[in-house]
Amino acid sequence: MATVALRDLRKSYANHEAIKGVTLDVEDREFVVFVGPSGCGKSTLLRMIAGLEEISSGDLMIDGKRVNDVGPAQRELAMVFQSYALYPHMTVADNMGFALKLAGVKSEERNAKVAEAARILQLEPYLARKPGQLSGGQRQRVAIGRSIVRNPKVFLFDEPLSNLDAALRGQMRIELARLHEQLNATMIYVTHDQVEAMTMADKIVVLQAGVVEQVGSPLELYHHPANVFVAGFMGSPRMNLIPATVTGVDANGVAISGPGGISVVVPVEPGSLRAGTKVTFGIRPEHLTVDPNGTLNGRALIAERLGGLTLLHVELQDGTLLVVQTDGADATRLHEPVRLSISAPHAHVFGPDGLAAEHLLRNPLTV
Amino acid sequence: MRPSIAKKIAIAGLGWGIAIIMFFPIFWMFITGFKTEVDAVSTPPHLFFHPTLQSYVEVQQRANYWLFALNSVIISVGGTVLALLLAIPAAYVMAFFPTHRTRGTLLWMLSTKMLPPVGVLIPIYLILRAVGLLDTRTGLVLIYMLMNLPIVVWMLFTFFKEVPREILEAGRMDGAGRMGELRHVLMPLSLPGIASTGLLSLILCWNEAFWSLNLTSSKAAPLTAFIASFSSPEGLFFAKLSAASTLAVAPILIFGWLSQRQLVRGLTFGAVK
Repeated sequence: MATVALRDLRKSYANHEAIKGVTLDVEDREFVVFVGPSGCGKSTLLRMIAGLEEISSGDLMIDGKRVNDVGPAQRELAMVFQSYALYPHMTVADNMGFALKLAGVKSEERNAKVAEAARILQLEPYLARKPGQLSGGQRQRVAIGRSIVRNPKVFLFDEPLSNLDAALRGQMRIELARLHEQLNATMIYVTHDQVEAMTMADKIVVLQAGVVEQVGSPLELYHHPANVFVAGFMGSPRMNLIPATVTGVDANGVAISGPGGISVVVPVEPGSLRAGTKVTFGIRPEHLTVDPNGTLNGRALIAERLGGLTLLHVELQDGTLLVVQTDGADATRLHEPVRLSISAPHAHVFGPDGLAAEHLLRNPLTV
Repeated sequence: MRPSIAKKIAIAGLGWGIAIIMFFPIFWMFITGFKTEVDAVSTPPHLFFHPTLQSYVEVQQRANYWLFALNSVIISVGGTVLALLLAIPAAYVMAFFPTHRTRGTLLWMLSTKMLPPVGVLIPIYLILRAVGLLDTRTGLVLIYMLMNLPIVVWMLFTFFKEVPREILEAGRMDGAGRMGELRHVLMPLSLPGIASTGLLSLILCWNEAFWSLNLTSSKAAPLTAFIASFSSPEGLFFAKLSAASTLAVAPILIFGWLSQRQLVRGLTFGAVK
């Protein structure tokens, strides 16, 4: 299989730079997900790896060899497109065997490989059909089959599930994860959906405006976001981010106070934080609890009842809004006073530059 | 809201009216070809007359229709095929690898169609004479190809634009290469568009009269020259002229009628989406 290495990759257009120097290592058999808001450059980066987009500067290495000037087909990669990009005039079997046909593989061997891919993807009954006669999920499988047949070094996926409905998306997510295990292949996957990223990735790369914000395992990004952007982007419901001020610094961490009576000591390395520094205080909805003895006073404005859990939108006395994740059986009534408590060890502090203060305690799943 | 019955009738009536007005000259030409010369010029025109093939026989005696027809076929098909061969790669590049000059180039190509052909008649005539292509099929094939190239490129460009870029990129990932992409992916996908472009070019070539009359005399003369040869020398013999004209337009009319579905589909392609 294969490794991919990006060394200060850049992509410039006439008047702007889309990718501003990305350095990254994709290990053999790793499932790497590029995630970020639309326009962050994640698809451009993938297309640069694929060879569909020219690299303005920097080095792209596959298996240690520089491939900047190697054509897309010769890089031995396969790509699954968002729109599937099947050849509408060819049957499913021809779609999957097209690359082999171009490569001059004999028809017996070709048929065997197509049959094998069709078996893996349960496409056997559809081999003689045209793409127009297939459902969205089946087309997606054909697109994946087309890439499997070539036995590529690396699989590239460009938002492959975004055209499917929610139920099918969930199902294909699991199928892709299984496929990754089955094929033991290196995969690079682009999505704007952080759920897809969290559930499938070995390693997530968060991009924003052509810059890598953080690289790490899903839980590392979730529990130890490197900056405000990653903290806000990863996790649903979103982390509560509130402007606050440092009131003191000691061995136990940083004491901060914020609006609505927030006052808590967060166990993080102070670094350059001093009393009086303006910071951003971050707390995930599941680390706030409805607690009769809590220190925060407010009232619930909206309750999103998802069944298994409930999201309460609580307004503190000064108008600050917090989202709190509670149990599905939570009985809090709207517009009546409610008290909240903060789980300080799980809180985050982001300095004036937006960077996270290092936690004194690492989450056990991320070491 | 659905149009009322009266409105439907009015629209249908208008459509039929326009169609009849446009078709009438052809119809008149067709029946005049079967009249005697006397019937043909009589006023008021005779609606009922003795049909005769006399004019057709005389036309065929005086000029070899089949030679002109063969020239027309060779020149039209040749010009069209050549134009398509050049335009397909050009339109492919313009549609999928545009630069900031692509739009300007396309508009410039179209603007050449606005030049009156007579403005370049003398230079073209002299050039063809110098290279020995006057009154040759090759010469006309080249002229027709050049004449239709802007339209052919434009039409193909709009058809190619409709093909999703990702499908071509998938072909590139599969190892098709530029020519492979063109041959195995783009051309099969836009075959209806290429066909209608070809049909249109064929019809334009067939009907072209200015260049064929000026650049040919006998050997390479197509059917337009055949008609023209009946219009002047012996005064106006309407029956013979009509017979000759009917013979000249019949092939392309039948061809156009057979391919009208394809033609209409091609010309309105992408307009309603």
